[in-house]
Amino acid sequence: MVDGPIDLSVRLGTLALANPIMPASGTFSEELARVFDLDLLGAFVTKTITREKRSGNPTPRVAETASGMLNSIGIPSKGLANFLDEIVPAYRAFQQPLVASISANTPDEFAQLCADVSVPGVAAIEVNISCPNLEEDGRAFAMRPESTLSAMQKLRAASDKPLWAKLTPNTGEIAEVAAAAEAGGADAVVVANTILAMKIDVHTRRPSLGNIMGGLSGPAIKPIVVRMAYQCARAVSIPVIGCGGIATAEDVVEYLLAGCAAVQVGTATFLHPTAMTRIIDDLAAYCRANGVAAVRDLVGAVETGPLARTDELLAQVY
Amino acid sequence: MTLSPKTVHADTASPFPVGEHVCRVVSNEAVNDQYRLMELAAPAPALTAEPGQFFHLLCPQAGADAPFFRRPMSIYRIDRVQGRLGFLYKETGSGTRAMATLRPGDDFNIVGPLGIGFSLPPDRAPIVLLARGVGLATLAPLAQAAAAAGNPVTALFSARDPAYLMSLDYMADQGAEVLTVTDSEGTSDPEQVERRLRELHAAGRMEAIYTCGSNRLMLLAQRLANTFAIRGEVAMEQQMACGLGMCFCCVRAFRTAEGIEHRRVCNEGPVFDLKEALSW
Repeated sequence: MVDGPIDLSVRLGTLALANPIMPASGTFSEELARVFDLDLLGAFVTKTITREKRSGNPTPRVAETASGMLNSIGIPSKGLANFLDEIVPAYRAFQQPLVASISANTPDEFAQLCADVSVPGVAAIEVNISCPNLEEDGRAFAMRPESTLSAMQKLRAASDKPLWAKLTPNTGEIAEVAAAAEAGGADAVVVANTILAMKIDVHTRRPSLGNIMGGLSGPAIKPIVVRMAYQCARAVSIPVIGCGGIATAEDVVEYLLAGCAAVQVGTATFLHPTAMTRIIDDLAAYCRANGVAAVRDLVGAVETGPLARTDELLAQVY
Repeated sequence: MTLSPKTVHADTASPFPVGEHVCRVVSNEAVNDQYRLMELAAPAPALTAEPGQFFHLLCPQAGADAPFFRRPMSIYRIDRVQGRLGFLYKETGSGTRAMATLRPGDDFNIVGPLGIGFSLPPDRAPIVLLARGVGLATLAPLAQAAAAAGNPVTALFSARDPAYLMSLDYMADQGAEVLTVTDSEGTSDPEQVERRLRELHAAGRMEAIYTCGSNRLMLLAQRLANTFAIRGEVAMEQQMACGLGMCFCCVRAFRTAEGIEHRRVCNEGPVFDLKEALSW
């Protein structure tokens, strides 16, 4: 037990957060301020911004799976001008850092957009290099270390803001990609985006999504992404931000133990709009009950040595 | 089991109008062989709901049914005196099948009220409600609101069979004149419905029209609203994930002065200007 207040603060490079809980891009907007005080969060992450307006993919854009959500929204965006003129000013009403998520079709367009969103009021930029690179036949930048490195170098040269590289779980070499992002100048890596997946309606014989394939999120993917976060945390010395299937404070602790310095919560907010604030409260309660005075003490604290007592493990399982 | 409804986060006096409410099921009975009516004891912030708004329902796991998302559902009845919310629904999939297993006394987690509801015309102008199938449920609370505001109501309800024409007595109790058409009686084809609507307009009983539940009826209502230059509104449905405007899953296309525009049913709707709608 801890008697005094629990220190939930974490540090991501130069950026200090009041707590390690923030929303995942695309699952958050200022509309959530109708439900709770947004300043309870560690940071705000915008929907992905593109330079031009985009209307997104055909409907249906979403389907449910066993403990998961399949989506192909298609990054609808109101464009850069709307972000600068409307979104950034709207967040002046709040205290916590604003993280701008951005995406573009080529490394040069990406770098230019990165420069254009590097304005006062934006604390960090999440570069969504999980999106397709049109110069590589639509393959996402973060599929390979080489394309990750060259994209990150251009992004780094374009901005002095902290840059977070959002990685895709659809690569077979995520640790190498994370290391390439670090070598290219990323200040943190976000592990990870959604997993490419598909569902077919057996009555209509049609794909459940208008775009045929989509990204899987939710509790269904959590063990896969915890593994990736663990691998990335061992491969880089910059902070890793875990993102994938977090619905409870226990899920957060798992990611922290795996080596993440902070986490993003996405799909859970769709089921419980107050999921993030509940998780923050429960995380403090976990720390208190387990003698953890500062939540950052959990980061990377997973025990991987030989198991001393099998009976203790069995007691946990049953 | 909770004995009284409670609110997880919001309250009326707070700046947070949308809340996650754990309500108690008061009743959940079949009204015919297709539809059920669920009544919930709801806390005060949930009862601020207006006709046309919806709640996002966390359906339970029940047997093989494990609905992952919440299910959006329009409000069928708002009783602020008794503290009750009513939902009229059809068992069509895993969410509504699971919902049908709830018993009086069970908890039911709902998020809302959400979205933008109907608006009535000023000066006690007479209105027509045009609904088919489960669209009746969405328009029913508007009859109550119109009665309170002094707008005379004519309800023209369409169904496959007279057995599926629900809440006619309730509408009549609200002072609405109720007209019914059905497929089985051969009275529901668009030509006959159009004739009835034109008669209503000629008789000065249709200064605004509200519709829900059928693409054919929506297109008819849209055409007549344009012809007579009257206000029209349509309540739409779409598959949703968040219900709060964050995910952009529930968009539909609308015709505006600037061209085709996608709008979120959860946030800009579910009630839209009839003139701009493209399909129900």
